[in-house]
Amino acid sequence: MTATMTPFRRETEVGRDGFGQLLHAEWTKLRTVRGWVRGLGLGAVLMILIGLFGAAAVELPNEASAVPLGPDGEPVRDSFYWVHQSLTGDGSITVAVDSLTQQADTGPGRQDNVTVPWAKAGLMIKESVEPTSSYAAVLATASHGVRMQYDYTHDRAGLPGAVSAAAPRWLRLTRSGNTVTGYNSTDGSHWTKVETVRPATLPATVEVGLFVTSPDHIESAHQSTTSSATAHFGSVGLQDGWQGSGWVPDHVGGGPQSAGESTESAGGFTIRGSGDIAPIVGGIASPGNIVPLGNFLVGTFAGLIAVMVVATTYITAEYRRGLIRTTLTASPRRGRVLAAKAIVLGAVTFVVGLVTAAVVIMVCEPIAKSHGFTMFPVDLWTELRVVVSTGALLAVAAVFALAVGAVLRRSAGAVALVIAAMILPYILATSPVLPAGAGNWLLRVTPAAGFAVHQTVQKYPQVFTYYTPTSGYFPLSPLAGFAVLCGYAVLALGLAVVLLRRRDA
Amino acid sequence: MTIVAHDFPSLLDMEATIEVNGLRKRFGSTVALDGMSFTVRPGQITGFVGPNGAGKSTTMRVILGLDAVDEGAALIGGQPYRSLRRPLSHVGALLDAAALQPSRTARNHLLWLAHSQGMGAGRVEEVIARTGLQSVARRKAGGFSLGMRQRLGLAAALLGDPPVLILDEPFNGLDPEGIVWMRGLLAGLAREGRAVLVSSHFMSEMQDSAGHLVVVGRGRVVADTSVAEVIEAASQGRVTLRTTARSAAMTVLAQAGATVASSDAATLTVSGLSSERIVALLQQNAVPFSEVSVYRASLEEAYMELTRDSVEFSSEGFDAPRVPALNDAANGVANQAAAKGAVR
Repeated sequence: MTATMTPFRRETEVGRDGFGQLLHAEWTKLRTVRGWVRGLGLGAVLMILIGLFGAAAVELPNEASAVPLGPDGEPVRDSFYWVHQSLTGDGSITVAVDSLTQQADTGPGRQDNVTVPWAKAGLMIKESVEPTSSYAAVLATASHGVRMQYDYTHDRAGLPGAVSAAAPRWLRLTRSGNTVTGYNSTDGSHWTKVETVRPATLPATVEVGLFVTSPDHIESAHQSTTSSATAHFGSVGLQDGWQGSGWVPDHVGGGPQSAGESTESAGGFTIRGSGDIAPIVGGIASPGNIVPLGNFLVGTFAGLIAVMVVATTYITAEYRRGLIRTTLTASPRRGRVLAAKAIVLGAVTFVVGLVTAAVVIMVCEPIAKSHGFTMFPVDLWTELRVVVSTGALLAVAAVFALAVGAVLRRSAGAVALVIAAMILPYILATSPVLPAGAGNWLLRVTPAAGFAVHQTVQKYPQVFTYYTPTSGYFPLSPLAGFAVLCGYAVLALGLAVVLLRRRDA
Repeated sequence: MTIVAHDFPSLLDMEATIEVNGLRKRFGSTVALDGMSFTVRPGQITGFVGPNGAGKSTTMRVILGLDAVDEGAALIGGQPYRSLRRPLSHVGALLDAAALQPSRTARNHLLWLAHSQGMGAGRVEEVIARTGLQSVARRKAGGFSLGMRQRLGLAAALLGDPPVLILDEPFNGLDPEGIVWMRGLLAGLAREGRAVLVSSHFMSEMQDSAGHLVVVGRGRVVADTSVAEVIEAASQGRVTLRTTARSAAMTVLAQAGATVASSDAATLTVSGLSSERIVALLQQNAVPFSEVSVYRASLEEAYMELTRDSVEFSSEGFDAPRVPALNDAANGVANQAAAKGAVR
């Protein structure tokens, strides 16, 4: 024993150990391991390279073209054949449709009757004869009954059932000021209203007519052929103020697809038309080579692999070396340690994702255009959302990986698990290995649901296509998909906090 | 103990002590801690010794709030570790010198630790200088020798300038020069009034530097005393006799009631008689001898005595029943040492 004992006197200043200090420490940890910094950089490079490959690998012979936009700003198709005339003021038009058939080239030099579910025949009131102008229509379809549609994106169901001589459909459109009301009937005397709509632009004199059109006959996700529909209309009635001056046959929307013909017979018309009056969707139904914005970010999965490996080892490396004990002696409040790690990692990966996505889009868009691709037009807000949500996707996936790493405490197992949970379902769902239904379920229930943030195109039930992830469609909306991923991250992080608190370090 | 007024009152109401009270912990069917109790006082180095598996590292982890116990409590200056604010300013610990991210430099390792306590790079440079790491501070820790890692671990422990230090095997991997350096550093830290708990299995280190010893075996304390007392107890009642007439001396002394053991051809170790009585008996019987001296056990030897049961026992496996002799050992170190009297 020492004879005289000097009480200990501190010479140094005592700092603070609040949450800010903990964040600072975790940031220092992350930035001082070169492998982690390089790993995040590698993720960004992979995203850019894969995006560039997608944009530059194929050179199309054609020039990039502008996509026609409808009254709501959506990209639309507007091509059909009709007989029409200009009519002024309020009035009504009534007609019966008693046959609607579709034909397509089903082999070399062969034309057969086929079913094109959204083949359309009906009445239309249109702003002008210019494509993409505003309109309202009531129409019979091949497989979806009577519909009231206007301005391309709006659709309301009327009477169900197919059209035939035995079961004709009576259609009526009534203009009253700025509104158009559609009616349908099975007998021409008992009418039911389908809907009253207000098209974007309805001048005093509008074009009124009988139209037929038919979108491509889609045989599979990879094969489609041009189709045409032929409909027979009974005698046309103009009432409530409209006086007819003769019907003029014409096609709207250029190109061979809109070719058609009309024959006037005793008290009616037989009209053949081709094309569609609908919003443009991706996939097989997409006309030409329209690229959704999200396609440039297809390399995100590769970037995510790198990010999730870094995120997992950010904690498993501490367990492997026993460094976790040093961490927990410096910060005995364990939940806060994990929270600080998650925040630092989340913030860093968010910035990496955001900057990388911005670079990818800025670099790839002009390249794709110069290679003859047409961009699916999106507004600035959507573009911003895609960029920000790519950062959020990386951040939440990184937090998920961190939490799994904290639960399992071993790098190999944790990395394998997070990749199997998030990347594998995405790859399976976007490859032809799985049937579309199974793939879509994977993108609903696994963390891979988060990839939905890259959806920039909208689904329309009134347009048939294969809505697949490769053409930019996810089974969940961007927000819902992101919420599924967040749910996994929160659950894993919660479990990690409980276990970290309970277990000996 | 009185403490002078200070700029940081929250640290001043804390004594530089470690109190360990009745720690019990099981890992499955294995008893790791079995009523471990001791106190580490300021101003001296307390050696924490015992065979492998005696519970030294587990006890240290419990003190640092890393491992939970089934029973008992460990307090730093009266508070459980987990309730400490700015813990590195209360306790500096070196548990495992290998606990480093290999690709991080020594300086950056210290830097993140400093940042966690709201300290800056200035303090990092200070501890780098104090532990002699200036020349390697910007190298990756993965390339460090064990000795360098020990220095780095000590630097980390010193970052918060803590009144309490807990060091697990800090002499491991040090070269002789490093051992001398470490010994001097620890002595200096104790002189500054800090409580320094050092575990080691090199008893010679403890003999030279520790003022106090906590000897543990099988998860409990077998001796809690000063180094001098341990050696005293292990040596008690024994006398070394050098003689050319070995058999004559053994006969005379045995007749007088002593226990005599022969360590080599010319040396006997006698217990049960005082040195004065031995000299008198030999002279009476005209037995020649060249030296009679009080036997000094080494700390190593004393330690072997103290922990013999736990070592023997632990080699039998985990499921064997407890040995009652171990309880005696805690009560009477001297008795046990004398009774078993293994003499060279």
